[in-house]
Amino acid sequence: MDIFIQQIINGLVLGSIYALVALGYTMVYGILGLINFAHGEVVMIGALMALTTIKALAGSGLPGPVIVLIGLLVAMPVCMAIGFTIERVAYRPLRYAPRLAPLITAIGVSIVLQQMAMLFWGRNYHTFPPLLPSTPRAVFGAQITDLQIMIVVLAALVMGGLMLLVNTTRLGRAMRATAENPQIAGLMGVNINQIISITFVIGSALGALAGVMVSANYSIAHYHMGFILGLKAFTAAVLGGIGNLAGAMVGGVLLGLIESLGAGYIGDLTGGFLGSHYQDVFAFFVLILVLVFRPSGIMGEKVSERA
Amino acid sequence: MDLRMNGLTAAVIASLALIACAKKEEPKPVAAPQPGPAVAAPAPEITVVIGHSAPLTGPQAHLGKDNENGAQLAIDDANAKALTIGGAKVTFKLMGEDDQADPKQGTLVAQKLVDAKVSGVVGHLNSGTTIPASKLYSDAGLPQVSPSATNPKYTQQGFKTAFRVMANDVQQGRIIGEYATKQLAAKKIAIIDDRTAYGQGVADEVEKAVKANGGEIVTREFTNDKATDFAAILTKVKSKKPDLVFYGGMDAQAGPMALQMNRLGLKMPLLMADGGCTTEFHKLAANAADGHYCSLPGVPLEIMHGGEDFKNRFKTKFNTDIQLYAPYSYDAVGVIVDAMRRANSVEPAKYLPELAKTDGFQGVTAKIAFDEKGDIKDGAITLYQAKGGKWEAQATLGGSPVDAAAAAGAAALKEAGEAVKAAGEAAKAAGVAAKEAAREGVKEGAEAVKQAADAAQQAVEKK
Repeated sequence: MDIFIQQIINGLVLGSIYALVALGYTMVYGILGLINFAHGEVVMIGALMALTTIKALAGSGLPGPVIVLIGLLVAMPVCMAIGFTIERVAYRPLRYAPRLAPLITAIGVSIVLQQMAMLFWGRNYHTFPPLLPSTPRAVFGAQITDLQIMIVVLAALVMGGLMLLVNTTRLGRAMRATAENPQIAGLMGVNINQIISITFVIGSALGALAGVMVSANYSIAHYHMGFILGLKAFTAAVLGGIGNLAGAMVGGVLLGLIESLGAGYIGDLTGGFLGSHYQDVFAFFVLILVLVFRPSGIMGEKVSERA
Repeated sequence: MDLRMNGLTAAVIASLALIACAKKEEPKPVAAPQPGPAVAAPAPEITVVIGHSAPLTGPQAHLGKDNENGAQLAIDDANAKALTIGGAKVTFKLMGEDDQADPKQGTLVAQKLVDAKVSGVVGHLNSGTTIPASKLYSDAGLPQVSPSATNPKYTQQGFKTAFRVMANDVQQGRIIGEYATKQLAAKKIAIIDDRTAYGQGVADEVEKAVKANGGEIVTREFTNDKATDFAAILTKVKSKKPDLVFYGGMDAQAGPMALQMNRLGLKMPLLMADGGCTTEFHKLAANAADGHYCSLPGVPLEIMHGGEDFKNRFKTKFNTDIQLYAPYSYDAVGVIVDAMRRANSVEPAKYLPELAKTDGFQGVTAKIAFDEKGDIKDGAITLYQAKGGKWEAQATLGGSPVDAAAAAGAAALKEAGEAVKAAGEAAKAAGVAAKEAAREGVKEGAEAVKQAADAAQQAVEKK
């Protein structure tokens, strides 16, 4: 039984990490209908930037969480600037181009950012110092660290905050208007360029947060870490209904649970015929099933209510 | 429609250009004069290009760059000697390529090296890229020496051009299996691998060896070479209560795996093959590295022939520590240059027979001799344990990678002799006490070999 609880916890933590990153994807998609493939790279740069700051502060004698917070506060503006620049340089000129063009540009930007990070931070793995509380504590015989609890709570809080922002504020109304029809929104006095820039800036700041949490949890940062993370988070966003904020959370947690339970039980259930290397197959099988019956994802029902 | 196509094409070209710019990091060598004509009409100076391929981007980029640095150091050393081959003064150049640890990319790079008419190839790093690429080199008659591909298939394909300077997985797996079941007294063993040609290959050999030694495989789990989260499979492993976990894969996964084992309350040791035997492992596993084991073909760097000197020169030149296979890729270049010198030709067709005859070339990692398949003869395997951020040698077990099933008695005697010789060499420099221990080792066989290596190791450390 404790093994089962442990697998649920594993899935929940992994899923919350996916959700944190997926929120960035889904927000941009909700407004622009653009899949920002470079988001995974923004997450990576956030992690490495925070790490550089943290290493510089290592001897300062400040308490661990404070150092991490300073690292995060440095990483966020850097990522915001990168997000702003990406949108301005790579996406805005292609805003009215056929959909395939910005998609390819997004992949290009992703590769450029990755290689730039490689030149800047090198090819070696960087270790994230254990500054946040990561001693495991026992819950019903399963192990979970404070940091992991923090990740789950943070993912939920960020989702809630974004929903409040989009649904109740003036900025959120402008965002929804832009999402629905940019031209008309522009005619109604919404500065759509500004709104889209703000969306990218907020998404990138969240990316920095996700990056710091991911590297703190796994204790590593590497210029290549954004790729797989981005891919999984994108899958989670699609599963939950891309463009829907609650869907990103649902999709992330669901994907995490499927992977975790799949890896844990698929071997025993099939009598060793299928092993844990089928965990991704299993996850994508569920994705296909969901998309066959609900093409816009689990929560992505009404297209007009995206973002 | 026209406009659409233009927009799309422009975007594709732009991204391709960006990719090209991003990848164009390695300096491209000056077009090399063809070795052929150079021999026909002896020029006073010729440039010989040696191809090198390893992942320079992606999760294993740190290891790939390490290999390339090792090869570069060997090239610089060869140039410093100002060799004359076939009446011409030879300048060596390295053409470093990036195969991204991807089998598809590996064959593209191989074709590129063949087309560039390089004189020899050092690489690739991974078994998964080395095996498919070896076919292309074989078709072109181009000698290939891999510093680190350990999957037995590489040299079993019958290619005359395929060589390696590291013991293969059959040999390594056998020793790991024995060590786990005998010295570490593990009865129930869980095996995890990363599903690459290397990881799966070594895991399969370990499984065979564990079973042959009466151990039980309680579960086999799988991950991939890009994963960072192992909580699910480790929880499954925990439910089977093994005495030891073996991981077949690279350090980028092994480090975080050790950390997550600690977090999930798996107290048993993690045992890895050469892929996890790096300095990065200690960093990646953070505070959870101590107590885990790894094995590496060859003897510890400290007692390698000129190992300390190599380590220091490497550090001075590249301003970074050796990661893993740099000494092996240094030797891979070394055997090629040595074969060229003996054949008095830089033409692949002419020096290839000499390369195959390599016997007793004194490299950093070992005295290198190839068997008829191109495998290294009598490769020793050393087992290490992580202690205080360092790998500490526990035992050096020798053996013949040629024939893993060789008669145990004869092999053991030979192994003991080989290992004692290696230990003895170091002991000579280190002190008389270690030397005595090494001599006794001959009498007492494999067990004493361990002591000798330990004694030598300690003496070196004291010094």
